[in-house]
Amino acid sequence: MSGPAIDVVNVSKVYRRFARQKQFATLKSALLKGSLIRDLQPDETFPALRGVSFQVPKGCTYGVIGRNGSGKSTLLKCVAGISRPNSGSITVDGRISALIELGAGFHPEISGRENIFINGIMLGLTKKEVQKRFDEIVEFAELQDFIDAPVKTYSSGMYMRLGFAVAIHVDPEVLLIDEVLAVGDQGFTLKCLDKFAEFRRRNRTILLVTHSLDLVERFCDQALWLDKGRTKAEGEPKRVVAAYIIDVEKSEEQELSKAESARLAASAKGEGAAPGGKLPDNPVESGEAPADMFKATEGRWGTRELEITGVTLLGEDGQPGHVFQCGEAVRVKMSVRAHQPLEDFVFGFGIFNADGVCCYGTNTNLEELQPDEISGEGEVTFIIDSLKLVEGTYRLDLAAHKLDGYPYDYHRLLYSFRVKSRTKDVGIYRPDHRWHFSPTIRFKGGNRAGRG
Amino acid sequence: MFRNLTTLFRYRGLIQTLVARDLKARYRGSVLGFFWSFFNPLLLLLVYSFVFTVIMPGMHPEEIRPYGLFFFCGILPWTWFSSSLSESANVLISGGNLIKKVLFPAEVLPIVAVLANMAHFFLGLPILAAFLIYYRRPLDPVELLWFPVIVVVQLLLTTGLALLLSALTVHFRDIKDLLGNLLTLWFFSTPIIYSMQMAPENYRWVLNLNPMTHLAISYQEVLFHVGPHGHWKWLIALGVLSVLVFFAGYFVFDRLRDSFAEEV
Repeated sequence: MSGPAIDVVNVSKVYRRFARQKQFATLKSALLKGSLIRDLQPDETFPALRGVSFQVPKGCTYGVIGRNGSGKSTLLKCVAGISRPNSGSITVDGRISALIELGAGFHPEISGRENIFINGIMLGLTKKEVQKRFDEIVEFAELQDFIDAPVKTYSSGMYMRLGFAVAIHVDPEVLLIDEVLAVGDQGFTLKCLDKFAEFRRRNRTILLVTHSLDLVERFCDQALWLDKGRTKAEGEPKRVVAAYIIDVEKSEEQELSKAESARLAASAKGEGAAPGGKLPDNPVESGEAPADMFKATEGRWGTRELEITGVTLLGEDGQPGHVFQCGEAVRVKMSVRAHQPLEDFVFGFGIFNADGVCCYGTNTNLEELQPDEISGEGEVTFIIDSLKLVEGTYRLDLAAHKLDGYPYDYHRLLYSFRVKSRTKDVGIYRPDHRWHFSPTIRFKGGNRAGRG
Repeated sequence: MFRNLTTLFRYRGLIQTLVARDLKARYRGSVLGFFWSFFNPLLLLLVYSFVFTVIMPGMHPEEIRPYGLFFFCGILPWTWFSSSLSESANVLISGGNLIKKVLFPAEVLPIVAVLANMAHFFLGLPILAAFLIYYRRPLDPVELLWFPVIVVVQLLLTTGLALLLSALTVHFRDIKDLLGNLLTLWFFSTPIIYSMQMAPENYRWVLNLNPMTHLAISYQEVLFHVGPHGHWKWLIALGVLSVLVFFAGYFVFDRLRDSFAEEV
């Protein structure tokens, strides 16, 4: 095989941002002062790509992942030749087709039939080539009945399908795809994936920009992770995706703890929250419980004779965190302080999901622990050996109250954590489970037990 | 620049299709459809004939009668010219989707605008021919050979200006608004509703600076006036100028090309 299909060497792209209004407001004064040239310089620059290099060998399916604003689409546009990098070079060997926006060239007034021809020619086919593929395109787009209607009467789904069908039938040597698989229903998506598989079999090169990590893992031979315009990792998709997930979790972690401090501050109305998410020291004597205990509204109330002064969630590694894997061992640690010795106390714990559904709730009284005495400072830890929740965001209820429900300190939904899972199962709870099949039922790659 | 010009040649199929699309889409949904290409100049002719023969009669000397025919010789190419320019001032912005999302040589868009309007110009010619037959104007076949030359000169000039305008409008949107008024002024500075002889002696040099003057006169000489085409020296000079305008327009367009995807 000769050289790579796509060769990107040290590419940088800077977007200029002009403060437009200022520019026009000062045009006259700029002329007067003779500083026109200087004023026309951009006020701000935004580096979208900073020295990105990679090579895509012929016949390789290459995935590019990264968060919003990391430069993925800019990179794709540069490779497609739509915009030009400020420095560095990009060489592409072979005919390119870019699926960046589907049906970009459609004219709404004329029929689907005519648009297929125009779009096909725009994408680099000749009239004869379009003619030859016409039936196939129409069939692929599932638009046999509407092909002679003007495109303006199409639904957005039909529009996208037609755009996709034309673009995919251009049969390029290098195909660039920007997050366009979210078109149409399940059946159509499967058809698109089949088409990609066919492309791969025919040894075409595909550059895929996507947020679907699953797609990258399943389809790509190599992957690139862009972060703020820089290459963060490159290579084997599973490894790159794993590194990316860890990073995303880390930033989710930060976001959750930020949101949590905000909630704590809000619940300590007017008293000013102590920094670092610590609870305010002054008890809110007038705090009232909501009328409906099962309605999920966040807040804090209670008399604070027994006070919850701090809450930490600890992961398997013993480090405080807010993002856990499904099945991980998690501990919820409450620091408590009794302002006077008490003999009547109960500690409660509850988990709610994002919809406000109570997933689990218990307290020391329900579990038949008889209170004896509490005085001064102490720690209460709720230990979960294996967190069997499906993926999602959950919130915590923590409480200290009397046996009759009289609240000392009630923290409703003030703490949240996220559960991550590689399995996209649904519901709330994942029971320990396995699958078993009789010998007449076989799966590819052996009858492996489910990850339960 | 020249390499880009040759790739443009490769895209001739695309240009052809887009011009066809433009012509088809323009009158889609109207009752008369394609016939509007004929009716529009005809209606325009009626308006001007009404103004200059009923409201202000006797304004024009013997040599430009029948007035309707004289006027038609000028207004047809003028419509081609002015519609091309006002359309191409807008074409990169309205076609922004194509420039941003499809790998696509942007100069195709203003060129298509010019060519589509040229097609309309050609569609107006049968009406002109009908008038010529109706008034029994003698046409010199040798003089008619000049006709394609005039068309080519106008095509080059219009395309050059269209490229320049379309590229500049991306950066200075003010041009769009300015252009409308400029074209009105330009129209009245071109001997279309009057003849060159009617213009005051001491202002003729101004009119002579206007390239459209020489195109209009050339059309009139070939199609309207009897006698040999006396304006050919001006036409040749304008031809040379048009080539320069075309390359200058293309040069500016080529220079600004990279900024389009970001600015539109």
